[in-house]
Amino acid sequence: MQSQKYVLPLLLLFLGVIFLGFLNISLGSVDIPLKDVFASILNLEVTKETWRYIIVEYRLPKAITAIITGSGLAISGLLMQTLFRNPLAGPYVLGLSSGASLGVAIVIMGASVFGRGFAGILLSQWSLVIASSFGSLLVLIAVMLASLKLRDTMAILIIGLMFASLTAAVVSVLSYFSPATQLQQYVFWSFGSLGDLSWDEVGILTMFWVVGIILAISCIKNLNTLLLGEKYAKSLGVSIQKNRFIIIIATSLLAGSITAFAGPIAFVGLAVPHLIRQIIPVNNHSILVPAVILGGAALMLICDIVAQMPGQEYTLPINAITSLIGAPVVIWLLVRKRKFLF
Amino acid sequence: MNQNQNHSILRTIDLDIGYSNKAKKTIIAEAINIEVNEGELVAVIGINGVGKSTFLRTLSGVQDALKGKVLVKNEQIQQIDSLELASLVSLVLTEQPISKNLSVFELVALGRQPYTNWIGRLGKNDLRQIKKSLQNVGIEDLQNKKCFELSDGQLQKVLIARAIAQNTPLVILDEPTTHLDLYHKAYVLKLLKKLTRKTNKAIVFASHEINLAIQLCDKIILMQESNVITGSPTGLLESGAFSTVFPEGLIVFDKATASFKINP
Repeated sequence: MQSQKYVLPLLLLFLGVIFLGFLNISLGSVDIPLKDVFASILNLEVTKETWRYIIVEYRLPKAITAIITGSGLAISGLLMQTLFRNPLAGPYVLGLSSGASLGVAIVIMGASVFGRGFAGILLSQWSLVIASSFGSLLVLIAVMLASLKLRDTMAILIIGLMFASLTAAVVSVLSYFSPATQLQQYVFWSFGSLGDLSWDEVGILTMFWVVGIILAISCIKNLNTLLLGEKYAKSLGVSIQKNRFIIIIATSLLAGSITAFAGPIAFVGLAVPHLIRQIIPVNNHSILVPAVILGGAALMLICDIVAQMPGQEYTLPINAITSLIGAPVVIWLLVRKRKFLF
Repeated sequence: MNQNQNHSILRTIDLDIGYSNKAKKTIIAEAINIEVNEGELVAVIGINGVGKSTFLRTLSGVQDALKGKVLVKNEQIQQIDSLELASLVSLVLTEQPISKNLSVFELVALGRQPYTNWIGRLGKNDLRQIKKSLQNVGIEDLQNKKCFELSDGQLQKVLIARAIAQNTPLVILDEPTTHLDLYHKAYVLKLLKKLTRKTNKAIVFASHEINLAIQLCDKIILMQESNVITGSPTGLLESGAFSTVFPEGLIVFDKATASFKINP
């Protein structure tokens, strides 16, 4: 009844994502006519075979990665903000990104600290993905154990932040002892990247995304109840611990897998839910969840278009672009409406 | 006797409340025996820190009893599963981190959560119950407003409407009149009285408004350091029970006006 008026904004967002997706694929360092872009996607006759290769093997997986990372991070941000009833929460509050950073830092910079042999074992194509997944997983297990022991959800938030600063400290110590080349390699990873994924990797990432999104959708009703606070939620028959467990698992799967493949791009998760709440003033998660998925995908596609700077050979670091574009928009919306809706 | 049992909504048998951990038990109040029937308005009264909130938490099943039983509709509360309990007991709490971005309608509609499907779709019956509770509390004209636009008194009414929409035979309120002026305190308590008469629900609330409670309630549960006394307002007045609620000296209970006066 009340939700019908939000169908139009959702539809517009959906069409926006489709449009941005095509725009994203048709723009890049090499100029490819629109006709050939469509031909490559639909597997028809293409003027140049290299164009087809660029579209199918590079731009298409990159666009899909952008959609998955954007929507996945945005949803984990929404889940964390509702679970903790805290507008500052995002996917990073569980310390997942920091866990991943630690894993990667140990692999890249550990060589100089622990000796050459160590690096030889670890530096393969998948080593960064495995290291960051392992780092996330380690932090996740710690947070999980804490969440089973603690009754207060806020304490989990603090524990997550403590893990974040703990891992950041270890990374600083490692950086201090590392030679410039390794330091640079680590810094490049921390810039984030959407473009380096093969179809196999996109497939794995998509699998995690689907599971995470399904878990998030299964929580919609309980998320709405959490808007009243945990005590009310409990009195309405919600099992707080079970619900918290599912939400943390969903966030970890999404944020952990995305950080593993695309690097630490945390800002989107914090910003997109606020952007959506300002544009569509609603707190009902059956509308917020799809809106945030679409909004996250749209923002990431825009950022990627800007990052690859059409016509240029350079690609700017995606992690910087998301903040450069996202932060002013959030500030502008908050100042314009003068009302913080949460 | 049997007749009476059917109307009993809430009963406690030799209930001890408090906290326990591995090391020790902290008993806050012992041997509480109360009975609340359909359509009764019951106030829980006592000085700050005497354990009113702990008592209400134990009654609503949020906290375990140390000893004894809490019976909701003659069933032991710890054996009722959480979803079924949500259809028996609803709560009105203060100072919860409620999202003020919810509209009044949405907030009241959340009271229907235990009855809706997996995604929380409101059916015809749900909409009817929501409408009825908005009417009963008298806030139909507020239903499209957002919660941040409401005054404290209005918000309290909305929270009560949410509990009514949950359609439970027992409603428990923790200090529903804090932060309200005298007019709204009286208004909210009168509203609770009206709801017990109209919907035949049993309503139990903790309050510091002894004066208003004496005038409105069917029963008063008086919590003191040493014991818990239950009775009708007139019965408690006659026995002089109110004079021992607060420590001696600063204020005294004046039987003639049924109110507290500052000791000159």
